[in-house]
Amino acid sequence: MEFISNIIFLLLTVIAFYIFAKKILRIKRNIHLGKSIELNDQPLARWKNVFMLALGQKKMFRNIPVALLHLIIYVGFIIINIELLEIIIDGIAGTHRFFAPFLGGLYPFLINSFEILAFLVFIACIFFLSRRNILRVKRLISNDLTGWPKTDANLILVIEMVLMGLFLTMNAADPSANFIISSWIKPSLSNLNEHQLHTIEQSAWWMHILGIYGFMNYLPYSKHLHIVLAFPNAYYASLEPKGKMHNMVAIQNEVLYAMQPELAPTNAAAPEKFGAKDVMDLSWKNLMDAYSCTECGRCSAACPANSTGKLLSPRKIMMDTRDRLEIVGKNIDANGQFIDDGKSLLNDHITIEELRACTTCNACVEECPVSISPMDIIVELRRSLIMEDSNAPSEWNGMFSNIENNFAPWKFAPDDRDAWTKQS
Amino acid sequence: MKVSTMAEMMAAGTKPEVLFWVGCAGSFDQRAQKITKAFATILDKAGVVYAILGKEEACTGDPARRAGNEFMFQMMAYQNIQVMNAYEIKKIVTTCPHCFNTLKNEYPALGGNYDVIHHTQFLQELIETGKIKISDSNEWKGKTITYHDSCYLGRANDIYEAPRKVLESLDIELKEMRRCKSKGLCCGAGGAQMFKEEEKGDKRVNMERADEAIETKADFVASACPFCNTMMTDGIKNRDEEVKTEVLDIAEIIVKAIQ
Repeated sequence: MEFISNIIFLLLTVIAFYIFAKKILRIKRNIHLGKSIELNDQPLARWKNVFMLALGQKKMFRNIPVALLHLIIYVGFIIINIELLEIIIDGIAGTHRFFAPFLGGLYPFLINSFEILAFLVFIACIFFLSRRNILRVKRLISNDLTGWPKTDANLILVIEMVLMGLFLTMNAADPSANFIISSWIKPSLSNLNEHQLHTIEQSAWWMHILGIYGFMNYLPYSKHLHIVLAFPNAYYASLEPKGKMHNMVAIQNEVLYAMQPELAPTNAAAPEKFGAKDVMDLSWKNLMDAYSCTECGRCSAACPANSTGKLLSPRKIMMDTRDRLEIVGKNIDANGQFIDDGKSLLNDHITIEELRACTTCNACVEECPVSISPMDIIVELRRSLIMEDSNAPSEWNGMFSNIENNFAPWKFAPDDRDAWTKQS
Repeated sequence: MKVSTMAEMMAAGTKPEVLFWVGCAGSFDQRAQKITKAFATILDKAGVVYAILGKEEACTGDPARRAGNEFMFQMMAYQNIQVMNAYEIKKIVTTCPHCFNTLKNEYPALGGNYDVIHHTQFLQELIETGKIKISDSNEWKGKTITYHDSCYLGRANDIYEAPRKVLESLDIELKEMRRCKSKGLCCGAGGAQMFKEEEKGDKRVNMERADEAIETKADFVASACPFCNTMMTDGIKNRDEEVKTEVLDIAEIIVKAIQ
């Protein structure tokens, strides 16, 4: 009987990691529904991005106070997870503070550091909750977040506070322990007898670790998945100048063969679909972008269209892409393969009006702390609109025909191109 | 003014140091033509041997590509690259950041490999090498100027310093707008927006940017893109009859400041 709690714990641990791994593999499969592109060149530059952008959070430091608060939660998350190792060993082996005898004087130093971090994380979460709910920072109360996204954001912060609270309570209720922050809680527990304290310590211990397992399995459903995907997303970030658009080789060849038919292969395959109408037409990096998005809205705050009241919101582009990809993923789970549901990312999630408002200024790309390019998706959808659906505003059709006939987007005589040289 | 075309140079058996890619705005837009002429004048004064493609130049395809019309872009690119490769063009300078970006970043994949620089970079080089000399008593001295970053120069190609260095050579006070450099706000023209009505919203993008420029109380707004120039000029004009802040291209500012 004495091993029963160890066995239960081991079982729960295995189940928690199993479900998490399964869900992550499903996300991986969804990401690979995207078109293949090669992003493995220049490993050095890519690792540099992982260190600077993901690990170093370089983009976050465009706003220093917020960056520092975020850094606390981030460092807290990583460092306190070291303590998880001990918690898991204790749970499985039935030990109490497994590392304490081995580490000697270092042990209290470590736990004290974890406690300080836990406390700081708690405070940082209060700041972040108030930015969302009291100060109501514009990008955090936008319509993009109505409903689940808003709840998700608050829930993450509350869960983190609860987890930190449980960690501190657990230490406070441990009569053998006396650590820097949890000792503040000790006086409020002074009326309790040893048995009661033990129960509190045990409950806090269980709730803390189960909370963490729960939180881990919540990630795949949450915007908080960025804590995992920010790293690969930084590695695979574009290393090209931001102004460079992805070349469509199929069309390049079409034009080449039209101009120089002698170069055309006799067995030329019919060109694929042009641009992207649905998530499968985007690249896997676009899809990984969608899962990496933490819906912070820095993109939309910097977007010239969004900030002047247009419908376009780069953040919504990313959220829509993830939503649609989830629907497609569930469709595949249910049917073994994707069965056309008569819907698509374009039109059913992202409207033409949104796409039309983009000035391709790259502000969204520049701002994103986790190396997402909403603009890439916007231009791929625009390509589909124009080349598959011939859907363009009349002014653009005029511009196209001017370019075609007059070699300039305006209707001027091509012969006047050098007329300026003759003016005084 | 006398500007040689590549065809004329070829016929005469000579080659220019650099091809001046004028661009559609620079060629046809009345306002932008002034920028073109200012830059050509500077090139002449600096003794740079340059040529234009003249009637053989065509739209790079940038607005078509950004609108989503890849076919049209590829057609234009094919045509331009054929022409430039036939002339064995090595170096290109252009006054338009959109042409600059397309020629520099997008033509290489299509077989057009050139050393492409923007005119603000070229001006910086001319000043630093002493090929043009800023007059000590230039008319901008002591004035305040704010510089509007073009997206296709700034974020798209990380060129923030060259235009500022050129302006700083004038002994002026450079006043930055609230959002500048990598945070600079778009003028609203990019992504083929120049060629259509803006989508429905609360405010026009160029008005938003014009307000930021006016806020600096600078005497002049400097631009480095013919489209930004148009958008900023319209924005400032519409905002306030009283405010007559002029929007000038860096080439127009420099041409009046050199000896």
